[in-house]
Amino acid sequence: MNKVWLIIQREFLIRVTKKSFLITTILVPLIIPVVIGGLIYVMVKESESAKPDTVMVVDESHQFTLDSTKNTKRFHFVSLDMKLEQAKKAYNETKDFALLYVPPFDISNPEGLVIYTQENPSIEKVGDLESILEERVRDLKLQEFKIDKEVLKNLKTKINLKQINLSKTGEEKTSNAGILYGMGFALGILIYIFVLVYGIQIMQGVIDEKTSRVVEIIVSSVKPFQLMLGKIVGIAAVGVVQFLIWIILITFLSTGVLGYFGLKMPQKQMMEEVSKKIKDDEIKQAVQQQQTQSNDKINEVLQNVNEIPFAKIAFVFVFYFLGGYLLYGALFAAVGSAVESIQESQQFQFPITLPLLIGYFGLFMFILRDPHGPVSFWLSVIPFTSPVAMVGRIAFDVPTWQLILSMLMLIGGFIFTTWVAGRIYRVGILMTGTKVNWKVMAKWFMMRE
Amino acid sequence: MEALLVTDVSKRYADHTALDKVSLSIPEKTIFGLLGPNGAGKTTLIRIVNQIINRDEGEVLIFGEKLKPAHIEQIGYLPEERGLYKKMKVGDQLLYLAQLKGLSRKEALIRIKIWLEKFEIKDWWNKKVEDLSKGMAQKIQFISTVLHEPKLIILDEPFSGFDPVNAQLITEKILELRDNGSTIVFSTHRMETVESLCDHIALINKSKKILEGAKKQVKEQYRSNTFLVEHRGNHFSLPTDKYELKKQSVLEDDLYESTIQAKSGIKGNQLIRELVDVTEVFSFQEQLPSMADIFISLVRGEGDEALKKHLHEN
Repeated sequence: MNKVWLIIQREFLIRVTKKSFLITTILVPLIIPVVIGGLIYVMVKESESAKPDTVMVVDESHQFTLDSTKNTKRFHFVSLDMKLEQAKKAYNETKDFALLYVPPFDISNPEGLVIYTQENPSIEKVGDLESILEERVRDLKLQEFKIDKEVLKNLKTKINLKQINLSKTGEEKTSNAGILYGMGFALGILIYIFVLVYGIQIMQGVIDEKTSRVVEIIVSSVKPFQLMLGKIVGIAAVGVVQFLIWIILITFLSTGVLGYFGLKMPQKQMMEEVSKKIKDDEIKQAVQQQQTQSNDKINEVLQNVNEIPFAKIAFVFVFYFLGGYLLYGALFAAVGSAVESIQESQQFQFPITLPLLIGYFGLFMFILRDPHGPVSFWLSVIPFTSPVAMVGRIAFDVPTWQLILSMLMLIGGFIFTTWVAGRIYRVGILMTGTKVNWKVMAKWFMMRE
Repeated sequence: MEALLVTDVSKRYADHTALDKVSLSIPEKTIFGLLGPNGAGKTTLIRIVNQIINRDEGEVLIFGEKLKPAHIEQIGYLPEERGLYKKMKVGDQLLYLAQLKGLSRKEALIRIKIWLEKFEIKDWWNKKVEDLSKGMAQKIQFISTVLHEPKLIILDEPFSGFDPVNAQLITEKILELRDNGSTIVFSTHRMETVESLCDHIALINKSKKILEGAKKQVKEQYRSNTFLVEHRGNHFSLPTDKYELKKQSVLEDDLYESTIQAKSGIKGNQLIRELVDVTEVFSFQEQLPSMADIFISLVRGEGDEALKKHLHEN
């Protein structure tokens, strides 16, 4: 046991003292907030610098009053009192966004409106312009039908469905499918990547020992199984340490970055600007109302986030990371012992990671759509897929008996794969120059000690 | 007491038998040569002693005790296919390997320093193995084999990769270890090593032991009663019913060298007596078969009789 400890120490230390470990451990958490920060920065800058596009209007119907008081945030309308042909020429001499031509039209069936632009306009902008025009036509219709705008406004009602899970004990829990979906998605993918990355590290380590021939010296001091176990556990420790450093750094840095930009969140800024500009009390009131509404929404989200059992999820995540890693790590070790180069290992890598891949696809196709369906249940209980599946599912309130069953199965699963891998490994590491296929590996497995 | 006593050990794989009821007795404080062509089963036997693989049958006693895991601390093993962790520093590497053999960190540090000094490579401590030459790495490997002062040292082709100067250095260290009470087992094809170093030998061929004993006795067993004589003049004759002149060559002027084989039962002394009557003898020695001769003949599958005949003809 003492010797396994020595092996764990060595495997751990040689990896964490490598420059590449230091670089990835520090760079990854730096990159993530930098990317987030960069995106926010660009968004803020854009909204700060965005000026409304000027649209020249030739209104032959004289029904639109697109004058400057009716300007929106995105468009600045300039009425031209001239013929279309002249306007086109005038427009071409400017750098304005567009020229809008409104012929005399029938309110019930407005046709013949044309927009001339110098460059291809984005669909979004055209859409915005269309909706402004539609609104204007609607106002005209309201006038015609003698309907008061205010009455209509009062008719419009917005409903936000609050989601509550009613548990059997009668306890009420707010839930938010969106947040849970996002969490399940992110955690499932994280597990998948972690298991794969660290599993390949095990394989690489075994191949190095085998090709450098140091392995025979080591196994004259310890049992092959001890060497394999020491390597797997040592690399797991590297993974856990790296993960913890990431969590700490990312939390710290992201808080810092968001804190800096938080005061200048684009939405908030937009509302401030709007309320500054708008003098009309009524509209101001409406905006305020809207603001409180959106505050409600944020509060609701925050409340939902608070109700997610983070401690439980973190525990389950670490458990399934270690369990999945041990289960697949042993298989990677067995493959490493059988081959003599990474290239040679390719043919075995795919079949052993296939169940993991199934779990990964199952996450999208079943678990996130129907977390409590039968396929989701089986995917999250079978040990080969459960690391990805259960972690993706855990945010959706998995029944305790299912969680315990899945955990026990996973423990049983990695004991089984470690046993199988150990039998292949002890023979494989001393075999060189053999062409290895599944049959040969099966033979090694059956071989007596 | 025997350092290692192997009794009827067999190891079978699905498609072949690696060892077939092999028995060996390796006396304490000797240098033992384990000989045999490639694939004969030497490495399998050594791996069994090192408990890397298990035997199917038979018994192994080490210093009178049944082989058990604790014994690995008493064995130093230098495999033929050897290597070190390339990215690890020399000092860390030796420390790690010594600790795996059961040495405490403190004790290991002291001994590593002593050994690095012995080889005058103290300043290598922080060098990575990948930066060392092959010969340099071999030295480190040798140190790692003997660092825990094993009572039984098993060296598989220890001199491969060494230049003559370093091979000499290693030879000295091996003799020193023997004098200090270790038993050394060589597995080798190099007959000059066997001639000069080994006290005892065993020959394994096709999974079976075909020869074992003290080197002297083995040679005795295959002696052909042939003598090498330097003498002046060749104008004499010996009774042909007792002696046969196998070969005669001129060394210089009137000086000749003759290879004379005596019929069995006739001792060297008798030949000398008869020679001094007819010629002037400068030197006289019995021509013993070399280990290489014995090895090659036996491995070629020639029986004892054939071997003797082969040796006689030379």
